[in-house]
Amino acid sequence: MADLMDSAKKGIEQVLSKSDRKKYEEARAKFEEQRNGADELDGRKFITVSGLPIKDLYTPDDVAGKDFVEEVGFPGQYPYTRGVHTDMYRKRLWTQRLFSGMGNARQTNKRYHFLLSQGQMGLSVAFDLPTLMGYDSDHAFAKGEVGKCGVAVDSLKDMEIVFDGIDLGKISTSMTINAPAAIILAMYIAVGEKKGVPSEQLTGTLQNDILKEFIAQKEWVFPPLPHMRLIVDTIEYGTYHMPRWNTISISGYHIREAGATAVQELAYTLANGFAYIEAAMARGLDVDQFAPRLSLFFNSHLDFFEEIAKYRAARRIWARRLKEKYKAKNPRSWLMRFHTQTAGVSLTAQQPENNIVRVGWQAMAAALGGTQSLHTNSMDETLALPSEKAALIALRTQQLVALESGVTNTIDPLAGSYFVESLTDQMEEETEKIFNEIEQLGGVLAGIDKGYFQREIAKSAYAYQKQVEKGERIVVGVNKYVMDDKVDIPLLEIDDSVETEQCEALRQLRQARDNAKVDSTLAELKAACKDESKNLMPYLVECSKAYVTLGEMVDVMREVFGEYQEPPMF
Amino acid sequence: MGLLERFENGDQVALARIISRVENRRTGYQDILARLYAHAGRAQRIGLTGPPGAGKSSLVFRLGELLSASGKKVGIIAVDPTSPFTGGALLGDRIRMQDLSLDPNIFIRSMATRGSTGGLAEATRDTTMVMDAFGFDLVLIETVGVGQVELDIARACDSVVVVFVPESGDAVQAMKAGLMEIADIYCLNKADRDGAERLVLELQSVLGLRQRTNNWEYPIIQTQAINNIGIDDLWQAIKNHREFCQSDTSPEDRQKERIANDLLTIVRGKVDRRLRSVLRDSETFEKVVADILAGSTNPYSAAERLVAELSTALTS
Amino acid sequence: MDKIRVLLAKPGLDGHDRGIKVIAAALRDAGMEVIYTGLRQTPDKIVSAAIQEDAQFIGMSILSGAHMTLFPAVAKLLKEKGAENIHLFGGGIVPDQDAAKLEEIGVGRIFTPGATTEEIVTYIRDTARDLPEETL
Ligand SMILES: Nc1nc2c(ncn2[C@@H]2O[C@H](COP(=O)(O)OP(=O)(O)OP(=O)(O)O)[C@@H](O)[C@H]2O)c(=O)[nH]1
Ligand SMILES: [Mg+2]
Repeated sequence: MADLMDSAKKGIEQVLSKSDRKKYEEARAKFEEQRNGADELDGRKFITVSGLPIKDLYTPDDVAGKDFVEEVGFPGQYPYTRGVHTDMYRKRLWTQRLFSGMGNARQTNKRYHFLLSQGQMGLSVAFDLPTLMGYDSDHAFAKGEVGKCGVAVDSLKDMEIVFDGIDLGKISTSMTINAPAAIILAMYIAVGEKKGVPSEQLTGTLQNDILKEFIAQKEWVFPPLPHMRLIVDTIEYGTYHMPRWNTISISGYHIREAGATAVQELAYTLANGFAYIEAAMARGLDVDQFAPRLSLFFNSHLDFFEEIAKYRAARRIWARRLKEKYKAKNPRSWLMRFHTQTAGVSLTAQQPENNIVRVGWQAMAAALGGTQSLHTNSMDETLALPSEKAALIALRTQQLVALESGVTNTIDPLAGSYFVESLTDQMEEETEKIFNEIEQLGGVLAGIDKGYFQREIAKSAYAYQKQVEKGERIVVGVNKYVMDDKVDIPLLEIDDSVETEQCEALRQLRQARDNAKVDSTLAELKAACKDESKNLMPYLVECSKAYVTLGEMVDVMREVFGEYQEPPMF
Repeated sequence: MGLLERFENGDQVALARIISRVENRRTGYQDILARLYAHAGRAQRIGLTGPPGAGKSSLVFRLGELLSASGKKVGIIAVDPTSPFTGGALLGDRIRMQDLSLDPNIFIRSMATRGSTGGLAEATRDTTMVMDAFGFDLVLIETVGVGQVELDIARACDSVVVVFVPESGDAVQAMKAGLMEIADIYCLNKADRDGAERLVLELQSVLGLRQRTNNWEYPIIQTQAINNIGIDDLWQAIKNHREFCQSDTSPEDRQKERIANDLLTIVRGKVDRRLRSVLRDSETFEKVVADILAGSTNPYSAAERLVAELSTALTS
Repeated sequence: MDKIRVLLAKPGLDGHDRGIKVIAAALRDAGMEVIYTGLRQTPDKIVSAAIQEDAQFIGMSILSGAHMTLFPAVAKLLKEKGAENIHLFGGGIVPDQDAAKLEEIGVGRIFTPGATTEEIVTYIRDTARDLPEETL
């Protein structure tokens, strides 16, 4: 055993025996003499999408001295660079998860019954913008947006309809919502209770990641501190009452879409994750009580190898931090499981069919990076909600990658590549640098307050745009091989009936419900908000059960917590 | 109706357009200023300055809210730097104040420094005067306290509030930066943060060293702009300062000083513009530089010559 | 010529501000003064801000599909407040038919995905040259 470890340790160095070394040096010298050495071709720079310079050749020298066991290791073993499971896709493929949303609760319910009848085991709920922002459908700000990009949920009533006839003890539900996530979770618990499914049996995932909202997607309601409290409340509540529920999905996807580089996506997302861990630990939770149920969500962008290196580095950094810094003892706490979505921003409105191919290799990068689940974008997503055909092609794309390409036959096939290993190391180093910067600012919250993340992301987005406009970066169909194809944006069907119905339903609800109960549960919620020592989840569950609306709960909380305004960042 | 007439009728569109004309130094702007000057002289000018991100805009927003509620008309000028490389600027102070946008008592104007040293102080002063003439009771001016120009702007106000935050740390350092000396009132914002008490103590000890020209006791006000706490105290301090000044000097003296200051700024601005045009147009300028480089003359003698040229330009 | 001042705004609930921030930086680098009012602005706040700032342009970014409500609302308010010579333009996912309808009520160009910052800068400069002058 010691032998094996020893030889593994020397790793790639061992590839070269003494006599080989001489030949190797000669060959290398010859290469260096003959190489062209340019860092661009026709103005196109040899850099990753994130701007990391890429060498013309990677050799054993780039991984010299690498400790194989400590840094690369084996799948299912610390530090998990090669994957979180021992058998990876030879035992189980990643989950094909397509996120979808529509109109009102009734339509959504119908769709779910269809999907379940087709053998789907999990549901994924998309909410409309007013719900995501904590407004009821009849609020002035909701005008024109009700039911547009997802389902409108105003109260428990809507949740009852969405999940009508669905066994919550059997299926798992993923809910993409952040600012009012705790309220939606409370409503889900209340629906379960009504159906006789205790919270202990509920399975699913809540996105519930507010830090990336402040940093990138900008869907917040309160200032960061009360939002953090709510998140720790859900984590704490989950720990004691929902052992099968993933209370948070720490998301880099939106950070990347907002313009971050791969390195920034990686560093900011992990830093957010650590901030949640520290906040939960500060509440008195043991890291092993909740860390196994944390999961991450990354983007898969255009630069094939950079993305793969990103996922590999992410697992390693996560495992090390959890074990060394947070002293997690349960190996399940060290595992970084993640969901991937291909990069929406990388798609072009011009020559949209090209997007099918882009999504193809992005999906492959996610597979080679060891993702646990994957959403592939439809080619027409830049312009509208996907057409049925485009959505089907997107689904087929990942099935082709999984079943025809052969990349799933062996685990982490790119390990040992001089290039991929050295890029993985580089991602890790760059990430550590950013961690240091964040620490110097005083942590993630201080960084948000100072506009640090927002500014850095805006800078990267602008730099990227400039590269494209200068032709340093090629976007086929946009700045090269441009055709005179007019971009045809489909006319949006404006169906205001959802909004009218939803507002009418709300009016009826407010009349029919026990309003004394509404007032008393809201008053208790308000008092609890003022008392830092209270976990708000039970209060939110009580409000939900009394058919208090989402907007009413948010209003009461806003009175105590205040509102947030973005820092001007330029 | 012409712009000026609309201005005099209280039309905000006209006010905004006139500020632009003055700011852009469009032909005829001096006549506008001369005409409006007769209506000005009533508004109280309050400068808020301090390090980036200290919460100046948030405080201006809160003060605006408070003052408007008591029926006062408030003009706000928020100054942000122009990029020295491109001449463009991103003006973002408004984000914090947008909730005042619909308040009829309030008028907010963002200004870019536009790179010209003397020019900015002059343009801000002119804009203040225009707002004054429009009928605002107060004009609040926000500048980032980093450069000399910004300090000049603040100095031109009746009361200067310097905003600090607990993270500002070494107050002595700030003293050196010149920020401390221009304050009439010290405002420690973000008092909800750790270190507020410590900074107050530090400030107090540093204040003991500050040179005084009168008996004004420099107050240190703690505020939390985001929580709307301490804003009354800040406003009270500003009022106290005004009363102190009114009792400390006679109205005529103050009026005189104000006129003298204004006059000096205007003259400076004019001389500065002429100077720059002389330097720009002067064929000799490049040559003079070359001569100095070649060692045939030195900057001192050369400067004498250029000033002589300027005098000719001024009198012509 | 006067400095070009552009007010950039993001109305509606959607918070995806990557595009508008890139445009803001590009306009600044083209020597313009950009006033950014932040997210989730109502039409009346946008118009009031543009008036006070005496912006020659209002640029609005709308990705949520609410463009047929928001552009007309701003255009109407500009007229009501006697500020119709502020030039309103925008960016977002807007079909040609909608853009044509907006043009009829006086809205300028709508830039769709793939437009370059260069195009936008040129458009603003060209339009600025033809903006009407006002008498004192
Ligand atoms: N904790 C805390 N934060 C505050 C307080 N006042 C303002 N802030 C925050 O500080 C940040 C900066 O506030 P601004 O008002 O934009 O500061 P500023 O001095 O105008 O900034 P610049 O104009 O960019 O120099 C924002 O995120 C505010 O929310 C306060 O009293 N307490
Ligand atoms: Mg400010």
